[in-house]
Amino acid sequence: MKETRGPGRMRAFTMTDGESVTAHQEKIATRAAYGKALAALGAERPDIVVLDADLSGSTKTAVFGAAFPDRFFNFGVAESNMMGHAAGMAIMGKTVFASSFAMFATGKAWEPIRQSICIPELDVKICASHAGVTVGEDGKSHQMLEDIALMRVLPHMTVVVPADAPQTEKAVRAIADTPGPCYLRTSRMATPAVTSEDDEFTLGRADRLVEGTDITLVACGVLVSEAVRAAGILAEAGISAAVQNHHTIKPLDGDALEDAARQTGRILTCEEHQVAGGLGSAVCETLASRFPVPIERLGMQDRFGESGPGGDLLAHFGLDAAGIAGRAAEFIERVK
Amino acid sequence: MSGLGPEQRELVLATAHQIRLDALEMVHQAGCGHPGGPLGMAEMLAVLYRTQMRFDPAQPDEMGRDRFVLSNGHTCAGLYSILSQVGFFDRTMLRSFRKLGSPLQGHPHRGSLPGVDMSTGSLGTGLSVAAGMALAAKADGRDLRVYASTSDGENQEGQPWEMATSAVHYDLDNLCLMLDWNGIQIDGNTSDVMDAGDLRAKWEAFGWHALEIDGHDVDALYAAFEEAKAEKGRPSILCCRTSIGKGVSFMEDTSAFHGCAPDDEQYETALAELTAAAP
Repeated sequence: MKETRGPGRMRAFTMTDGESVTAHQEKIATRAAYGKALAALGAERPDIVVLDADLSGSTKTAVFGAAFPDRFFNFGVAESNMMGHAAGMAIMGKTVFASSFAMFATGKAWEPIRQSICIPELDVKICASHAGVTVGEDGKSHQMLEDIALMRVLPHMTVVVPADAPQTEKAVRAIADTPGPCYLRTSRMATPAVTSEDDEFTLGRADRLVEGTDITLVACGVLVSEAVRAAGILAEAGISAAVQNHHTIKPLDGDALEDAARQTGRILTCEEHQVAGGLGSAVCETLASRFPVPIERLGMQDRFGESGPGGDLLAHFGLDAAGIAGRAAEFIERVK
Repeated sequence: MSGLGPEQRELVLATAHQIRLDALEMVHQAGCGHPGGPLGMAEMLAVLYRTQMRFDPAQPDEMGRDRFVLSNGHTCAGLYSILSQVGFFDRTMLRSFRKLGSPLQGHPHRGSLPGVDMSTGSLGTGLSVAAGMALAAKADGRDLRVYASTSDGENQEGQPWEMATSAVHYDLDNLCLMLDWNGIQIDGNTSDVMDAGDLRAKWEAFGWHALEIDGHDVDALYAAFEEAKAEKGRPSILCCRTSIGKGVSFMEDTSAFHGCAPDDEQYETALAELTAAAP
């Protein structure tokens, strides 16, 4: 593989369908896009209130807070209490966005989310940043790798993991318009865009980013751009890899997955999450009853993270483009 | 401040009596549930719904009405009784308590039954929701009050104390809690299981307007609610000293009937005791 990426820039690569994509956009963290979209939406929707638990500078809800101080409520370091308030405010007619780091929002407050938000099916949008190993230097205590699992098992919960900044902005609007509880997972690390402002976004419908015949890389979040780059690497090696971005993990796009299974016969799931319970598990569950094919799950293999720069950690755990490409090639070799 | 009028007082006492009869019957016919709590909270619920809360039972979804969150949700037989007595739903529905398909779920579920303002059952969660309602009402300038009940057992959880801090921070003087302070939890006496000490002092230390009263004294309850309503700038909690199982001799002040239904013989005895003491 040839890697010529410079700081803040991505090299051009050629995908298997021959379409040339130049991913030259400035890298933007999905959490930053969340903050921007939320503030924009706040101007249009007076029913929106935003809650945070002492991390508003990092989750980027502070942008909304500065614009609409009367509709921004900080609960200090008390995530469970925040989720309960979110429920109460939703009952009083508010569309509530509640943010913290993914670790604390979904881990510490899981039970209030279940009891007070999911059981009564309230309009609370839990938008958590700092998911996955790309949290970086803060290390394993802060690198949430189990949140997709924790949220998707909850009845009534929609689970969204946008791939990039433009998609995050659309996802924020989409979940605001979707009744009931939602979980939106964003990341700390700035990453390149794989979608553009003009692309359509529909909850529950995957983006078929790259066509291919040998394998389908099914990814979510930060790993979508890595998967797209991996497809380019694989193309150079003569392997035709399709890429699907499953930004909605619940409800999962079973049609797109079945098409992938029928067309490529092999699926490699890619996520910044434990391989148990996340996107990979959801894909297995769906295809097991629809069109079973061999599936490999790339993610964290039943272990916690480490401290280090986010990009280095992706490479360390084999979750970057090179890791995805290598795993895909090995999978294809093993499962002819 | 004037107290309960004679007619109002009579109504409150009759309502509390009916809560006890209903709760006992519901738990007995269900064969399971929590009879002790509702017996102990009968006066609290009766005074609250008969003299304090503003609502129209024909319009349970009206946004401007007062709210009540039963955070100690296991005592819901009492809630269902009072909601039926004030007209939110037909009293014949009480017989379906805990049966398959009934809106009268084993713990309260918002959305299945008019008048139930929140789903509760997992201890520790409901008070934050009540505070969230109060906060939203304040933000919107709505003149409504939010009430919630809690118990000394529930106060062993951590989340209520997170709420105790934030409700003072946000000056929620439209929020009023009732603490069912009976010294009993499901495993025994709170002093043996986990002694929380002087709960009134603890709530006061968090900045609350905290009153300690006899939770079976309807005049004291009425006066305390009125005092809470007049308190500005901070939330109130009525720390109500109660007897679990109040009104039935063998259920009083024991954990035996915290989460256990009476058998047929016990039910008949209990009924006879309650009837003999009818107001």
